[in-house]
Amino acid sequence: MSAVQLTPKDLKSDQEVRWCPGCGDYAILNATQAVLAEIGVPREKMAIISGIGCSSRFPYYMGCYGFHSIHGRAAAIATGTKTANPDLSVWVVTGDGDAMSIGGNHLIHTMRRNVDLKILMFNNQIYGLTKGQYSPTSPAGQKTKTSPYGSVDLPFNPINLALGAGATFVARTVDTNPKHIKSTLLAAAAHKGVAFVEIWQNCVIFNDGAWKDWSTKDARAERTIDLQPGQPLIFGKDNEKGLRITGGEVEVVAAADADVWDPTTAAPLAYIMAYLDEREDLPHALGIFRQQTKPTYDGAVKEQVERLTVKKGKGDLQKLIYTKDAWQVG
Amino acid sequence: MIRFAGDSGDGMQITGNQFTDTTAKVGNDLATFPDFPSEIRAPAGTRAGVSGFQIRFSSTDIYTAGDIPDVLVAMNAAALVVNYKDVAPGGIIIANTGNFTERDLQKAKLTTNPLEDGTLDGYRVIAIDINARVTEALAGSPLTSKDVLRCKNFYVLGLMYWLYSRPIEPTLEWLAAKFAKKPDLADANRTALRAGYNSGDIHEVFQGRYEVVPVENALAGTYRNIMGNHAVALGLVAGAELAQLKLFLGSYPITPATDILQHLAELKEFGVITCQMEDEIAGICTAIGASYAGMLGCTTTSGPGLALKTEAMGLAIMTELPLVIVDVQRAGPSTGLPTKVEQADLLQSLFGRNSDAPLPIIACATPADAFDCAVEACRIAVEYMTPVILLSDNYIANGAEPWRLPEMDKLPRFPAAHITDPAGYAPYTRDAKLARPWAVPGTPGLEHRIGGLEKEHITGNVSHNPENHQLMSELRRDKVLGVRDTIPTPEVSGPGEADLLVVGWGSTYGAIRSGTERLRREQNVSVAHLHLRHLWPLPYGLDEIFARYKRILVPELNMGQLSRLLQGEYPDRRFLHFGKVKGKPFTAREIREQITAVLGGKS
Ligand SMILES: Cc1ncc(C[n+]2csc(CCOP(=O)(O)OP(=O)(O)O)c2C)c(N)n1
Ligand code: SF4
Ligand SMILES: [Mg+2]
Repeated sequence: MSAVQLTPKDLKSDQEVRWCPGCGDYAILNATQAVLAEIGVPREKMAIISGIGCSSRFPYYMGCYGFHSIHGRAAAIATGTKTANPDLSVWVVTGDGDAMSIGGNHLIHTMRRNVDLKILMFNNQIYGLTKGQYSPTSPAGQKTKTSPYGSVDLPFNPINLALGAGATFVARTVDTNPKHIKSTLLAAAAHKGVAFVEIWQNCVIFNDGAWKDWSTKDARAERTIDLQPGQPLIFGKDNEKGLRITGGEVEVVAAADADVWDPTTAAPLAYIMAYLDEREDLPHALGIFRQQTKPTYDGAVKEQVERLTVKKGKGDLQKLIYTKDAWQVG
Repeated sequence: MIRFAGDSGDGMQITGNQFTDTTAKVGNDLATFPDFPSEIRAPAGTRAGVSGFQIRFSSTDIYTAGDIPDVLVAMNAAALVVNYKDVAPGGIIIANTGNFTERDLQKAKLTTNPLEDGTLDGYRVIAIDINARVTEALAGSPLTSKDVLRCKNFYVLGLMYWLYSRPIEPTLEWLAAKFAKKPDLADANRTALRAGYNSGDIHEVFQGRYEVVPVENALAGTYRNIMGNHAVALGLVAGAELAQLKLFLGSYPITPATDILQHLAELKEFGVITCQMEDEIAGICTAIGASYAGMLGCTTTSGPGLALKTEAMGLAIMTELPLVIVDVQRAGPSTGLPTKVEQADLLQSLFGRNSDAPLPIIACATPADAFDCAVEACRIAVEYMTPVILLSDNYIANGAEPWRLPEMDKLPRFPAAHITDPAGYAPYTRDAKLARPWAVPGTPGLEHRIGGLEKEHITGNVSHNPENHQLMSELRRDKVLGVRDTIPTPEVSGPGEADLLVVGWGSTYGAIRSGTERLRREQNVSVAHLHLRHLWPLPYGLDEIFARYKRILVPELNMGQLSRLLQGEYPDRRFLHFGKVKGKPFTAREIREQITAVLGGKS
């Protein structure tokens, strides 16, 4: 870690935070400020870029560079910023609607390109800012203002989407566990390449308790499992249970017999962990699903420019314009 | 003026390009207008498959490629029917009878042979079985008979060189280099070229040869041929360099703008970054993100893509970041006629955004002018911290003309200032031009937040205050209007007072300039021409100009856009719209006829 010493306070702006009291966004904001203070990057080299939504107000509350853009486009704008200046630590803050609905195209392409961005997607399974319409992550049947008889849409599984789009770092955390948010974001920050982090977030006003079956302290122990590199797949109040994957099937075993988690593997285990979301009898996975190393987009762009500048020599516009087939008049 | 027309696969573009290069080398001013079919290779022999290349040259300055061809070379029946109506009465039509068989007529949807049924009465028709002549000339060649026939474009080129007294040597050399690895092909094409050239002498098919002498009063300098899209690409690189910035292009391929992205993708050694994005929205958004990070962001597209960029343009206006948006206009709403010309995105550029969202707009007149306009767009974007739209069109993009090359170190610079001093910094303070300071991430002490929500004057904090929104709306308007202080009042070509002023913009420049000049010269008509490069803001002094003319005619390749804008801005004058939306440029003749009609009281 470099010599830069920051405190979470350095990452606060002078603007009053204006989410509803009790909104899950507060915990994420605090944890993010704490993490950014720790990553050894000077404040001026951090840029937070967001779309539109309650979650996307985030940059206003951060004491670094910030850009609150337009609905769905944060990933594209951030791609431009990071590619223009790879020295910056660029973070994207987005919501389930912002990222997966209107911004879906940019999101998947940003992930497949492996742009070195940290994408935090606050998933409250609702459109918060527009006051409660169903989103692409709302479960089928959910009653909202625009689905008074229950939504007939089938939802995305964000983790599966990110894995399928080729994101090199895919993780999930939850607003009720600040410690877990911090460790997850620290791992994301340390990852060179795109990091997609889904954060289960409670919208107290329009979708209260959407995650309560998994997110409260008790529920977390029994109904979630934390995927950590090199750690056994164990869960339960006393960490007494474990998971083992054999032939594509997941079974609950004694903790001692649990598999050890390896997010770097090329095997499709991360998909299996994402698929646990569809199982009532098994815990849902949090933590790090995938962590792989691939060349970054911004790095490759920079490398090409540098390589060709060395090979051809620094461009000379006068020479470029005066081609061999030019002719003289007068 | 010659138009070569044939199947996409007939090599008409190569023929045209060779003729262009040779013509330029003998010192004639020239303008070309390649007319690509929209499906790059439509079925051979059909009307959709007709590909054309038109070139005009003269010994005085020429302004359009689009006048009436004196010679049409039609390689098959379809090419003839699609093009013959554009030939001036009395013009020469050379038809390759080898491709006028029953089947060819059928494919061209003809029931009778136009060479025989009187269709071409009034033209000088020269019917040659080019297929047979080429086969004859290449008897003994090792090529297959199919490959032999593919040499016929060089036969035609030879014939045209003879007709216009052009040397064949440059093309002979070009062929040797091009087919260095295929000597048989090089030989065959050279033989075909010579055979075509000699046939002019031998067969006495023409009444006489044309001799076009070099342009006398051309400005001294170094010239090369340039196509509009290439000129835009070079202009953007130049503009960035003059601003002491690096260029960033975020784009998505679309006809006819794609070439700009392709050209810029080659220029890595200039530090140019090109990102081919997932769509046009991402194209402009990456450019905005790059400008935010301190580069000169730029995005290139055509009309449908411009429509997609709308919301992001508003973001660039709100965040007051420099950005150059190039729209190479094409014809029609929706997908329209992707490969045809129109200038119908002017009002979209002006007004096609939610709320009051002003930005400067400039339009280039010719391929060479596109370079200067791209530089100018960069200057305005950087000096005023604003997105700028540069309008080009299909005619300019794919047309070529000789370009008098600039001396890079003599072009005026406009260095951009990334501020670094935190003392007294606030994101929405303004300089004399009303531009806000450009504080780039990475600069210590200038950490700030911007975004699409209305900003408080000076502090840039989010503000819902009614008075503030009024003030900021006025500031955004006035900043853009202020660009007028740095642009010249355009010069009228022709008399300072006259019966008629013809006002144009964009690629109609050539047709209007030559149409008005000729009417003055030959018929003493009292007419002048005003060309507008800056469409928003409009330059100072226009009303004074308008006041000196009895009537004002505004020809445009649309249903009335500049005329509407001018009518709104200068309600005391009356602007007569003259429109054409056929996917083709104006000819100077159309302009002349309309002027005559207006002055004769017929319009
Ligand atoms: C182009 C556009 N379309 C629609 C909207 C309205 N809108 C604003 S935020 C939003 C949804 C936000 O949902 P989400 O991304 O989940 O964010 P949350 O508020 O839940 O954090 C919508 C539809 C907009 N601002 N812009
Ligand atoms: S509406 Fe929901 S998501 Fe938005 S601030 Fe309130 S609680 Fe948070
Ligand atoms: Mg949401």
